[in-house]
Amino acid sequence: MRKNFLQSSIKDSLFTGLIALALFGPIVGLRTVAKNEVLVVSPKWFIVLVIVVVCALGRFLTNLYIYNRDQKYGIQSTIGKSITNFLDTKGTQIALSAIIFSVIFPFLPFTDRYLMDIAIMMLTYIMLGWGLNIVIGLAGLLDLGYVAFYAVGAYSYALFAIHFGWSFWICLPIAGIFAAMFGVLLGFPVLRLRGDYLAIVTLAFGEMIRILLLNWYQLTKGPDGLTGIPRPSFFGLPFKSFPDEGEQTFHTFFGLEYSPMQRIIFLYYLILVLALITNLFTIKIRRLPIGRAWEALREDEIACKSLGVNPRNTKLTAFAIGAMFGGFAGSFFATRQAFISPESFTFIESAIIVAIVVLGGMGSQTGVVLATIFLIGLIEVFRDFESYRMIAFGGAMVLIMIFRPRGILATRKPTITLQKKEAAK
Amino acid sequence: MDTAYFLQQLINGVTLGSVYGLIAIGYTMVYGIIGMINFAHGDIFMVGAFIALISFILFALTSIALPIVLLLTLLIAMVFTACYGWTVEKLAYKPLRKSFRLAPLISALGMSIVLQNYVQAAQGARIKTLQPVIQGGFTFMEDTGFTVSLSYLQIFIILVTIVLMAVFTLLITRTALGRAQRACEQDRTMTALMGINVDRTISITFIIGSSLASVAGMMFVMYYGVIDFYIGFLAGIKAFTAAVLGGIGSIPGAMLGGLLIGLIEVFWSGYISIEYKDIAAFTVLVVVLIFYPTGFLGKPDIEKV
Repeated sequence: MRKNFLQSSIKDSLFTGLIALALFGPIVGLRTVAKNEVLVVSPKWFIVLVIVVVCALGRFLTNLYIYNRDQKYGIQSTIGKSITNFLDTKGTQIALSAIIFSVIFPFLPFTDRYLMDIAIMMLTYIMLGWGLNIVIGLAGLLDLGYVAFYAVGAYSYALFAIHFGWSFWICLPIAGIFAAMFGVLLGFPVLRLRGDYLAIVTLAFGEMIRILLLNWYQLTKGPDGLTGIPRPSFFGLPFKSFPDEGEQTFHTFFGLEYSPMQRIIFLYYLILVLALITNLFTIKIRRLPIGRAWEALREDEIACKSLGVNPRNTKLTAFAIGAMFGGFAGSFFATRQAFISPESFTFIESAIIVAIVVLGGMGSQTGVVLATIFLIGLIEVFRDFESYRMIAFGGAMVLIMIFRPRGILATRKPTITLQKKEAAK
Repeated sequence: MDTAYFLQQLINGVTLGSVYGLIAIGYTMVYGIIGMINFAHGDIFMVGAFIALISFILFALTSIALPIVLLLTLLIAMVFTACYGWTVEKLAYKPLRKSFRLAPLISALGMSIVLQNYVQAAQGARIKTLQPVIQGGFTFMEDTGFTVSLSYLQIFIILVTIVLMAVFTLLITRTALGRAQRACEQDRTMTALMGINVDRTISITFIIGSSLASVAGMMFVMYYGVIDFYIGFLAGIKAFTAAVLGGIGSIPGAMLGGLLIGLIEVFWSGYISIEYKDIAAFTVLVVVLIFYPTGFLGKPDIEKV
């Protein structure tokens, strides 16, 4: 029995090695390089050998030590469960301390410009994740083109601010409304499609917006992008080192030394507030009839129809509200960067936001935060290894789906369920 | 002049349509059997194109006759790309068969990102150009001022597509394997009870789909002469559109849809606007899904409680 098992393990790992050779042999082993305008092949057999041996050995060891156990994925599920339990019981305290930490974060001694930039980026993704969570997590609609609404928000903010000179606080709602309008425009025809069709159509829509932005040169300046987007001001007080004659700026008004960090800190608080508004909105709307209808639709569309919920209008609201928050985040992005181009709104951005929502556990607000810190942290740490970090990123998506398909924090339980009556005992 | 121009666009459209059709078959077969959109299929096509490119470069160093080079490259591309299809299914989709509906789609999305960046890391991000493998062709209608040309390469592409289509249609309709596949489409549990290895049948479906995609990849690299690691994304979406247009789940439908998408794209860029040619395919996708969700040759999908 034991010997038989060993034999089949060896056979299996040899087979794995063979497959690995077929996979990595041509693509990794025969790298094509251009030499005098002509492609030639430069062999890299050593790397292939290493990969093949690692694959075969890895397969052999997992065969011996993991797959012949009775309990397979015991460890992961216990870890996940204990995290979920911990958050269930201590949820409010953790959320509170996280908010307090993020409020005092800019004034902590170790905080520098680089950390602030990362924090702002993470908060932008957290906001996008929370916005998309309304669509994916609550309403159960997989939207692979969310970046389109982000782009619409960014471009409408930029265009209004540049051409009309309106301030951030006027342009922000306009950008949100525009994005929501696009959400309705897209959602109206496509929302009756089933899950995976919807995913592909939204993806196509995202690409259409990007192609439009690239080619509509008169309006968007195409691939050159829009420059000179006005920076935000502190309720009318600009952040400038050298104010014009008679002009009040932030530092003169408060009698401070000028420092470029002041604007960064302001941006940080801006996105923090925007993100928290998104979160608060989601938490509140979940308890309203419309939020209940979203969750019900996610669980069973036919049952909802029979109970008189209009699926199209309900989904459309989710889509429009999700798009609106995407638009808000987009205008923040535009004002922070002061430069936007279609480059920033590629499909990979959509994929990252979807991954954040899915990884965190669809419908879980805390999960979005954890997943953002994990994923954006991962991308930041491996900043110098451009394609390897994306391999790790895609691999993480696959692994999470396999081992924890409901995400890190699996809280896909309905907000209300029928309670068993105590008296029935 | 006008007829000549039209004819030229027609020829180009049919050639491009053949490529899309071959990719679309992979989508349609996988959708038929396990009901998921194999998002990584476009990237499998890209891998196939790269393997064909490497094979062509290697054969250029030898003095083997052209027809044999073509045949060998075809086989090499099919075999190696099939390994990719098989592995992707085993690693990323098989563990998710019983998971919730969107899980395989997200996993496929991850796999697509992995494949793209893996090829970018291994082969470099710059575009790769291949010297023309087949040159020459027929020209006609020269007196009208606009020459219509039908290159040998285009004839080769269309012929190979027709042959492969015929072979695979026979495979699906006449062999035990095809019967097993069609049985799995209808009811997997029942098929398993009848003594058919469902896992193996699904694996074979992925192998067939990937090898057809690799043929499409080989044709793509021969036809355009330029590839990079990103070609799978757009080609994938367009081929998916083709599969939906023809009726997802139907193999002749995929081919028909491919032809239509190829023609629409070529005529759109020929007569309307070349910048927005990618929008043509997306618009078709949206319009078809809204007004005609079952496609031309598909079966209506009845939702039961």
